Amino acid sequence: MSELRRTFEEMPQQAVPLERDAAGQPFIRVTRREFLKLSAAAAALATAGCRGPVEEIVPYVNPRLVAPGLPQFFASAMTLGGCATGVLVESNMGRPTKIEGNPSHPASLGSTSVFEQAAILELWDPDRASALAMRGQPQASDALQTALLGRMQRLEQRHGEGLRILMRYESSPTLAAQLQALAQRFPAMRVHSWEPLHRDHSLQGARLAFGRAVEPLYRFGDADVVVAFGADFVGEGPGHLRYAREFMDRRRYRENPPVNRLYAFEPTPTLTGAIADHRDARSPAEVAQALAQLAGALGGGKVDDPMVAAAARDLQAHRGRCVVVPGEALAPEAHALVHRMNAQLGAAGTVVQYIAPICGDVDCTRSLQELVADMAAGRVDTLLILGGNPVYDAPGDIAFRDALARVPFSVHHALRMDETSATTTWHVPLTHFLEHWSDARAFDGTASVVQPVVAPLHGGFSHHEMLAMLLAPVAGGPRDWVRAQWLGNAGDAQAGERWRALLRDGIVADSAAQPVQVAARNGDFTPPTAAQPWTLVFRPDQSMHDGEFANNAWLQEIPRTHSKLVWDNAAYVSPASAQKLGVKSGDRIEVASGDARVVAPVWILPGQADDTITLPLGYGRARVGRVGNGVGFDAYPLRPAPMAWAAPARSVRRIEGEHTFATTQNHAEMEERDPVRRINVPEARELHQKPIENAPEPETLYPGWTYPGYRWAMVVDLATCIGCNACTIACQAENNIPTVGKEEVRHGREMHWIRVDRYYEGSQERPRTHFQPVPCMQCENAPCELVCPVGATVHDSEGINVQVYNRCVGTRFCSNNCPYKVRRFNFLHYTKRDGEPPLDARNPQVTLRMRGIMEKCNYCLQRITRARLETEREGRRIRDGEVVTACQAVCPTAAITFGDLSDPESAVSKAKRSPLDYALLRELNTRPRTTYHAKVLNPNPDVPAPPAGEGKGEGHMVPPTTPGERGGG
Amino acid sequence: MAQVFSARAVLLLKLAALGAVVVMGTGLIATYKYFWGPDTVAEAPEQPIPFSHKHHVGDDGIDCRYCHDSVEKSSFAGIPSTHTCMSCHSQLFTDQKMLEPVRASMATGQPLHWTRVHTLPDFVYFDHSIHIAKGVGCIECHGQVDRMPLVRRVASLQMQWCLECHRDPEPHRRKSSLVFVMRPTSEIRAEGGLPDTKIQSTRRLTDCSTCHR
Repeated sequence: MSELRRTFEEMPQQAVPLERDAAGQPFIRVTRREFLKLSAAAAALATAGCRGPVEEIVPYVNPRLVAPGLPQFFASAMTLGGCATGVLVESNMGRPTKIEGNPSHPASLGSTSVFEQAAILELWDPDRASALAMRGQPQASDALQTALLGRMQRLEQRHGEGLRILMRYESSPTLAAQLQALAQRFPAMRVHSWEPLHRDHSLQGARLAFGRAVEPLYRFGDADVVVAFGADFVGEGPGHLRYAREFMDRRRYRENPPVNRLYAFEPTPTLTGAIADHRDARSPAEVAQALAQLAGALGGGKVDDPMVAAAARDLQAHRGRCVVVPGEALAPEAHALVHRMNAQLGAAGTVVQYIAPICGDVDCTRSLQELVADMAAGRVDTLLILGGNPVYDAPGDIAFRDALARVPFSVHHALRMDETSATTTWHVPLTHFLEHWSDARAFDGTASVVQPVVAPLHGGFSHHEMLAMLLAPVAGGPRDWVRAQWLGNAGDAQAGERWRALLRDGIVADSAAQPVQVAARNGDFTPPTAAQPWTLVFRPDQSMHDGEFANNAWLQEIPRTHSKLVWDNAAYVSPASAQKLGVKSGDRIEVASGDARVVAPVWILPGQADDTITLPLGYGRARVGRVGNGVGFDAYPLRPAPMAWAAPARSVRRIEGEHTFATTQNHAEMEERDPVRRINVPEARELHQKPIENAPEPETLYPGWTYPGYRWAMVVDLATCIGCNACTIACQAENNIPTVGKEEVRHGREMHWIRVDRYYEGSQERPRTHFQPVPCMQCENAPCELVCPVGATVHDSEGINVQVYNRCVGTRFCSNNCPYKVRRFNFLHYTKRDGEPPLDARNPQVTLRMRGIMEKCNYCLQRITRARLETEREGRRIRDGEVVTACQAVCPTAAITFGDLSDPESAVSKAKRSPLDYALLRELNTRPRTTYHAKVLNPNPDVPAPPAGEGKGEGHMVPPTTPGERGGG
Repeated sequence: MAQVFSARAVLLLKLAALGAVVVMGTGLIATYKYFWGPDTVAEAPEQPIPFSHKHHVGDDGIDCRYCHDSVEKSSFAGIPSTHTCMSCHSQLFTDQKMLEPVRASMATGQPLHWTRVHTLPDFVYFDHSIHIAKGVGCIECHGQVDRMPLVRRVASLQMQWCLECHRDPEPHRRKSSLVFVMRPTSEIRAEGGLPDTKIQSTRRLTDCSTCHR
């Protein structure tokens, strides 16, 4: 023991050889006192390191008009296809986190489509271009100006000869004024337009029919009978939200005005087809034939087609209160024919009005063809591409990329370094619409100012600033230019007030376009009706639009309305065509058209017309970002310029190999339990005339709940639901719901709190499609609550089954016991996936869930709480309509009613008293707070019913029944 | 009978037992320290400027809302901007070295970085405005800050502590107009400052969904 010392200080300086144990390992012998000392030191060190996380508070330097913790809303507008939808952007301490529709905007009426909801994720996308680049190499921020300077001088000497601008559909008056100024400086300059989802056919049709290009505006609220020819007016195109609201409002059962009636002829299932009373799947040629027959029938001719004949009689019986709606895909002659029919039927001027085209009288196809011809001939030396991605989305028979490579100086001004940026000399980062000043017009001409909500996250600038570089210097910035556009250069107080009102309201008052008087010419409008062995139908993908949203994980993971596919597009074929090709879903086919061949996986879609193959556009992106690269196949090469929407296929053949799809279709299987109830108008009338009888609730062993305060409840009206998925994505944005990726969806692990179930009724060839949004039912006798071992899912005093994340240990018993399968489990740490929004983009009012936590719809508890706090501060109850859930707010057709059941006069209480109200899976006696209204149909008794199906095949085939049993809740 | 354990073995056993006690003790202290936040209740964390509430509130009598200006309308009470500090300190104590960070912040535009004293987990949604509106005095949770040269936490801020009041709020409530008065609630109530607001049932107040979502 002699060589050991009491303390380290006493130890000799030089090393002391250590004693070794039997195995030759050294060990130190320690006295009791030393051991205690060392232990104490270790404990002190350990606890010194054990401090909770130190958080900082960083206040502003200068006070802002921001109360930390309170969201602010700014009116702005988002354009798609050139037309604006008014939005209100929620900003939390300067960070945009959620988009709502602007109730005063005519194209929104408070709702949005999936694209406006997902725009938040576009804004925060880390794959956006962040630096100016020349031939892919980052440049100093003023490099472009330097390069442009000399070039502009030379161009000016040539009066702009060789200068071209290629832009998308643009309705911005400020941009138009800038282009005009540019044309003065460079008289020989030319402006071209290319929009892949263009409206060339309808404009050409109007030119044929009226001698000038006009766009139709529909007033579906005034239409008793509507016949749609390949037109998805509730699902896509400018104004579709407004159209959906007006049309579907007439689907609610009422005596006056009566329920409207819709006939739809279409090659591929659309949302409009799904709500139609009579829908027939027909190839594009057959749709044109039906249209020609209808025109004949209206002219007094006789037709064999029973559905066309019935539609013709119905239209004639409702003159002045009916309309025929042509889809963009129809040939121009067909559009002209429809215009003439609408004039004959007295619809023109009443149900349909005509206005000058919002984005100008342009023919995109011809415009792009001319540009490409000039580029190939070397007549273009400076090309400015404002937005868009023409290298990717130009038609297959327009060799845009090759021609572009011949342009010595080309600039691509876009959000991302994409396929086009790879070919142009310069790439200039574009600001997102939430980052810049601009203006835009809605489908009806109403103008809105686009105001920035956040400073550019990735640098860059807007089209206005880009064009300003080519112009003589103008005083002020983009804000001043937009302001001057609407207020002139007035700087007085009155102008200031008008400017503030304009920004606050989100619309320029009384700026809607005036209808123009046009008369349909007489002429022989014969649409081509030649049948083809295989017709390719090109459609914008429901989530990708033209491809610009390919890097958006929210949109990738939204199930497509009919196929319920996610993270993919597919060649849709009918069951009979699949048999003809010898393929099943997941097999691959090679489709050839023109010089292009594309390999695509097949998905069999009931309700698809035979001998047609629908190819959704917008997939197969090569350079969009981490989320969208290489997902799906690109159908643009197959698309010929003159036949942009339907083209004959040169060949179609099956090839080896299989594709793995991810679909949510069968995850929420409900067997044959009749979840969607349908009722025809006569029966609905009968039900409404009978005194309401409440079927007694079944016996229950559980004691009832008492509710001293509010009783939150929801009603989803299936009569007005169009299945558009807006609720799903709005919920995702509001509640910080993660995406999980294709592989996880294949495991059934999608996280959407409100899903839209799709059911088929009838035969595979002529199915009737039903949609049903399913959020948490908030049961009174909730099966989930009974099985949680840790009390993490509990009934609160207002009847919401709350999920307490900090208690949840992830047993998943609750999910197992939930008959509606609405509970979602974080199998992995999904919120940290690639493609997920950064923390800044999250709703700060909702907890982020980690791995191992169960979650589900809670009726937007944060919104209830916000209203509760507000009203409690004022010392009053929450009024009806003060709590609006995210799904309710976004719904284009106002199909969702939410409110307090303890108030008998609330909208939701009234809705629950409707005889059409029913509870999903009522037989289980869960007594859901969320109930449904039966889908009301108004079929024409003259049209023979489609043959009943065998109930086999894909999806859910449910027998028709009627409601009558009332739900509890 | 011979001893079962040798003296050496007994020593080892004793040491092992002692070691276990020390490890457990260390663990307990560590757990306590971790969950009870950055400091013990009595300890004030260091701040970039030794801001004294005692001086500003106690001596000068500045209202809480002069600096914490969103306390009545938002969940967050608000930390004053540099501009707010400078509204007085551009005139007062302009040569104090202690205030150099404030002047630097104003000059450079770089914000001050204060250390949080009262912090809650991210899954708790506390709202200042409703507590103020319902007559819960600042002092109930923050203590007599008018006597604190440096602010320290006087309550554990644990759920148990929150629930004590949510289960029986009455003794903790006072007249709305006296919320910002830095005197114990019991005194105020004794002098007739009884609450003049209605609150929701204690059942509602103790729902999980009241604070968690």
